[in-house]
Amino acid sequence: MIAIRKDQTSNIPAIAPGSLLGIEHMAAAEIMSLLKAAARMNPRRSRPPLRGKRVLLLFYEPSTRTRSSFEIAAKSLGAITTLVQSSGSSIEKGESLLDTVYTLRAVGADILVIRHPNAGAPLLAARHLDIPVINAGDGMHEHPSQALLDAYTILRHKKTLNGLHITIVGDIYHSRVARSAIHLFSKFGAKITLCGPADFLPELAASLAPGLHLSRTVEDAVRGADAVMVLRVQKERLAGKKISLQEYILKYQVTAERLKLAKKDALLMHPGPIVRGLELTSEVADCAQSVIVEEVQNGVPVRMAILARALGKGKDGR
Amino acid sequence: MNQKRTGSLLIRGGHVIDPAAKLDATMDILLRDGHVADVAPSNKLRGASSETFDARGLIVAPGFIDLHVHLREPGQSYKETIASGTAAAAAGGFTSVCCMPNTLPIVDSPEWVTWLQLPDRRAVVNVFPIAAATHASKGAVLTDFRALQRAGAVAISDDGRPILNDAIMRETLRLAAEIGIPVIQHAEDTRITEHCSMNESPTSFRLGLRGMAASAEASVVERDVQLAQQFTGSRLHVAHISTAEALKVVRRGKRNNIRVTCEVTPHHFSLVDEDVGDYDTNFKMNPPLRSAADREAVLVALADGTIDAIATDHAPHALHEKVVEFERAMFGITGLETALALAITKLHREQKIPLTRIVELFTAGPARVVNLKGRGSLARGNYADVTIFDPKKRWTFEVGKSRSKSRNSPFDGWQLTGKVVATIVGGRVVHRTD
Ligand SMILES: [Zn+2]
Repeated sequence: MIAIRKDQTSNIPAIAPGSLLGIEHMAAAEIMSLLKAAARMNPRRSRPPLRGKRVLLLFYEPSTRTRSSFEIAAKSLGAITTLVQSSGSSIEKGESLLDTVYTLRAVGADILVIRHPNAGAPLLAARHLDIPVINAGDGMHEHPSQALLDAYTILRHKKTLNGLHITIVGDIYHSRVARSAIHLFSKFGAKITLCGPADFLPELAASLAPGLHLSRTVEDAVRGADAVMVLRVQKERLAGKKISLQEYILKYQVTAERLKLAKKDALLMHPGPIVRGLELTSEVADCAQSVIVEEVQNGVPVRMAILARALGKGKDGR
Repeated sequence: MNQKRTGSLLIRGGHVIDPAAKLDATMDILLRDGHVADVAPSNKLRGASSETFDARGLIVAPGFIDLHVHLREPGQSYKETIASGTAAAAAGGFTSVCCMPNTLPIVDSPEWVTWLQLPDRRAVVNVFPIAAATHASKGAVLTDFRALQRAGAVAISDDGRPILNDAIMRETLRLAAEIGIPVIQHAEDTRITEHCSMNESPTSFRLGLRGMAASAEASVVERDVQLAQQFTGSRLHVAHISTAEALKVVRRGKRNNIRVTCEVTPHHFSLVDEDVGDYDTNFKMNPPLRSAADREAVLVALADGTIDAIATDHAPHALHEKVVEFERAMFGITGLETALALAITKLHREQKIPLTRIVELFTAGPARVVNLKGRGSLARGNYADVTIFDPKKRWTFEVGKSRSKSRNSPFDGWQLTGKVVATIVGGRVVHRTD
């Protein structure tokens, strides 16, 4: 079928190099070089590689950690940042995404960071712009900077991702964090177990990457894991579902007792925001194995590396 | 060109395929005064007409009939007009199109049905309106089927707004049966497809898009077939059928002698859900592109007679409605100019479905569904609607050259086999390529 279709590159405009739209189409080597560049970034020491550059943060959804993390990363590199949010802007007046990004390009954006409720929105922008576009989370699709900082965090504690047993528990269906993480860990040969009720983890999830294992029992999923990533569960999303909130907590909440089934040195991860008492207990969130706060800290150097790479400054950090 | 309605035209030496008349041979056809005057073996009709059309090496078929087009008038002429849509139809070999009522406003009154057929609309092929089943297609209050039929409506449908309420659908089928007008259902249980933008599949999961379950189609078809069999004379037609499950229901219904028919679109027999790629909105339509297994079932049903017609569901949209976020993009693609070539390329050449069957799916099949008298066959006395095509001609579809006002086709740049050479409506050549 593909054979008779015209070469797509001829009618789809090229995407600016340095864009980060998703983990799925990235090569492992590219990911590794980003992670290595992140290790050389120091947000405390002023580094000027992006001095005078304008980083536009276009946020169609509220965000605390991703937005502030990108903002601090950009400023640490010497860039000027401007935040454009959907409320109080022309977006509210019905302006299309493309018209908005054309405008931001016209005011002088050098890099566009987009958070959008629709899957594929950053790709659409990238296809129509000549500047790098960074996906800061698009609908249920991907959240590549989060996956990168998670990998970065794991690699600060483990030698390699290859062969690691990583378990992801929670609402995988609605999670862009999960999709990006699965792509990333899978590219590096991790053994990935996904766990959740059918509404949050349809059988289709197994098709996302090679070698995924699905489980409906949190004890089985956590047993022997090197890292347990817990995903947020939104109460509203349980409305009208087969499983009730009480039942979810009973069957899938990550408790201290359940976490004991993982390896002794297993990492407990969560992309945030966390809901204590729902997807995990407060005790687990604050336990010695928890790297939740470290993930947030690591977000800054990782995003510095992403922004530096966007303008071709990633290789040697200058 | 420019044959007068009162003139005559001899189509000489073509290979005539007219499945309704069981014709599959080299014949001459004489058109006179807007009707078929004679069909005879080669050279018998020599000199019968001053004008001749040399059809040697070409297929001469009854004029194609498209049961499902959106011409966007009244109300959305920025997407398409009856003039531009029918020009695209003529270029695609269609001599008759049935237009869906989901316009602005909805075609739910005899006045609008009449309006669609006025000469002012400048249609270049026959336009047969399909009228709404309920007021404003809101699924609550039935329209006056008899008055709509009298004004020229050939079918009743709330296309795009499926009739889910059992009682309303039951009443629709009962009243339509009384006057022998078919009811066309867009079978989709919208209660479970809300916010969905493609087929539920590995691709929808990968892209983070909510997926429509195949069962949302089959469950409505199942219910409708149950209801249809309660009324003698009831004629249910399933629009753009797309799933193996729903085809099974139709096949079973036909076996039980229930009057149920269905149509399939060229995109559903040519493409699958994976072709959406990375959010290509020209691959977004409703029903969505389905799995490879569903496409296989469609191919089987096309060959075995379960499917009655190929219909394009030609759904033009402006660029600003398509070059947007996938989930926000309008559903639908254009299809009039690529239908025949896709059928020849995908069904005849790849699947070895005979040309006679393909012609039937474009002519006698759809004519039977909406009971178009005097069309769908080249029998003597019928309307002089003829489609002449070259089944071997290779060409490349360029959407930029489309007659439609819109450009939302997934087939831009496709190399296809089979091209319309001439389209004749009422004895007049309305489209001609060299
Ligand atoms: Zn429809």
